[in-house]
Amino acid sequence: MALEKISQVSGSAVYVPGDDIDTDRIIPARFMKCVTFDGLGEYLFYDMKFHEDGTKKDHPLNDPSYSDSSIMLTGANFGCGSSREHAPQSLYRAGFRAIIAGNFAEIFFGNSINLGMPCVSVTDDVRDTLASIIEKSPDTKVTVDVANLTIRAGDKSMMFDLRPGARDSLLNGAWDPLDELLEANNSIQNVHNRLAYT
Amino acid sequence: MIPSMSAQNLFEKVWDAHAVGELQNGQTQLFVGRHLIHEVTSPQAFGMLRERNLPVRFPERTFATVDHIVPTNETQEPYSDPLADAMIKELRKNCKDFGVTFFDTDTGKQGIVHVVGPEQGLTQPGMTIACGDSHTSTHGAFGAIAFGIGTSQVRDLLATQTMALGKLKVRRIEVNGTLNPGIYAKDVILHIIKVLGVNGGTGFAYEYGGDVFDSFSMEERMTACNMSIEGGARVGYVNPDEKTFQYLKGKPYSPTDENWAQAVEQWSSFSSDEGCQYDDVVKIDASDIGPTVTWGINPSQAIGINENIPDPVKFDNKEKASIEEAIEYMKVIPGSPIKGTPIDVAFIGSCTNGRLSDLEEVASQLNGHRVKDGIKAIVVPGSQIVSKLAEEKGLDQIFRNAGFEWRYAGCSMCLAMNPDKLIGDQLCASSSNRNFKGRQGSPTGRTMLMSPTMVAAAAITGVISDSREVFSS
Repeated sequence: MALEKISQVSGSAVYVPGDDIDTDRIIPARFMKCVTFDGLGEYLFYDMKFHEDGTKKDHPLNDPSYSDSSIMLTGANFGCGSSREHAPQSLYRAGFRAIIAGNFAEIFFGNSINLGMPCVSVTDDVRDTLASIIEKSPDTKVTVDVANLTIRAGDKSMMFDLRPGARDSLLNGAWDPLDELLEANNSIQNVHNRLAYT
Repeated sequence: MIPSMSAQNLFEKVWDAHAVGELQNGQTQLFVGRHLIHEVTSPQAFGMLRERNLPVRFPERTFATVDHIVPTNETQEPYSDPLADAMIKELRKNCKDFGVTFFDTDTGKQGIVHVVGPEQGLTQPGMTIACGDSHTSTHGAFGAIAFGIGTSQVRDLLATQTMALGKLKVRRIEVNGTLNPGIYAKDVILHIIKVLGVNGGTGFAYEYGGDVFDSFSMEERMTACNMSIEGGARVGYVNPDEKTFQYLKGKPYSPTDENWAQAVEQWSSFSSDEGCQYDDVVKIDASDIGPTVTWGINPSQAIGINENIPDPVKFDNKEKASIEEAIEYMKVIPGSPIKGTPIDVAFIGSCTNGRLSDLEEVASQLNGHRVKDGIKAIVVPGSQIVSKLAEEKGLDQIFRNAGFEWRYAGCSMCLAMNPDKLIGDQLCASSSNRNFKGRQGSPTGRTMLMSPTMVAAAAITGVISDSREVFSS
């Protein structure tokens, strides 16, 4: 299956501040009682967005100025905690196509790249600059340029970090590894045969 | 000692033994010898296989159990929660359709996946193990390399028994000296996370060692390895030794007697070589570790029982913001002692601390004590086997007599995908692994993590307490 080559992601962005935003916050466990990922976008950050009586909280994702955002800007260690792919799936299904953060928790990062959703790391200074641009003008077009490792917003251009392997996978349209894994069928059989345990 | 070029650590040896090849993006295609699945993160993976008309490549290498959604107060199906009922039935169907062994609720072997693997002998030294659950690091206690993975990788494993992965760095964490009386494996791992930070382990596998890990039982090692991910490390392990082999002897999936000597020899060969290299080494003094309790909203926000909750004014801007956020959510008072904080619920169980030795240790201290009026206290065995063994020893009666509820096996209140949940802003003294906002099922519920014995002390006094004082008499 040919996958899209992801060299850049453009769109408006929303800033969700805070470090160590964990996967339970991104998608509370009670919404994982499902056998498909369909519909998870609706529950993204649910308890951050809504009071228990269902009324809206003051949260950037409830602000109509940011309702069309496809890029999320956030703090350090984003996606820590559970291995649940439901977290990146809920972001993706809510329309997000790239995440910019201080850095990412390991499993979340891998799960996101596997969906073709770039997760790029920036310094605190870049985050602050971007946050102030977005807050002043929510409609600013932000471009995450995977090929050139830069973020463009308004007249600014800033650098980000992305592991070379993940960058290559996105650029080459190889972010979902299954086809490549399947190709190694003979080598897989050899390792299976060689191992002392079944 | 000068590191030797040929000497390897366990992680490198296991990695090399399972590497299938290098992928275009530079990652390794890694063979995973044991794949464990459960009802929450596998159904979508089976769905993807069906979409592409792919079989499970080696069904004999995948084992399933059901844990997150099972109620702990009823066994009758259909479950009261139709979503939970649909999930168990989906797993049952997937296992049947694809030929996967399922430790179903009627087998007497069901339980939390990270309790079931070891007690069945499925977890052995030198293996690669993966499961769609971040606490898979638990299995590292046996000298296996065990990864928590997402659902797309569950699909990759079902279809190819391999996954794409970048090699991790290895940090050796040595805890030397002797633990003071009344200090447990849970205190050790909470202390390690406190010292190294909630994301200090990103990019690393943790190798635990030193006097304390050498003297730990297998179940204590599991408790510590279990929480590696709470410090950001995807993998945590302990080198296998005589205790590891003794634990595995006679388990259902362990090698049989005629193959035993050969297995032990092979397992031993995976241990880190003397003089091998590590990317980092951290040394911790066992005498620095006291009974440890979390006060905040991530597992690194922990203090000793006799310490005070941090005061944000004493911290710089960045740390200050996260401390303020945690204090506001937890409704605790900056600068005040954590000891004496009133609790509403006490939970003993989970893949961290729901094993037989955890329950035995608490039960041995309960003599004459009773749960304080108004406190809801529950004990949830990690598996049906733990439950059965505990009942044979009369532990269920000891807990019941002390005012605890004795439940059926499951994940229960660790993550509240089942009926066991906090209500409103209840505060729970919990032997589980995560104190995230809303983790225990109520969006405003509060969690303080601690050892099972400390949970019991809080249940008895109604407030966060020093178990060494409560159980001294």
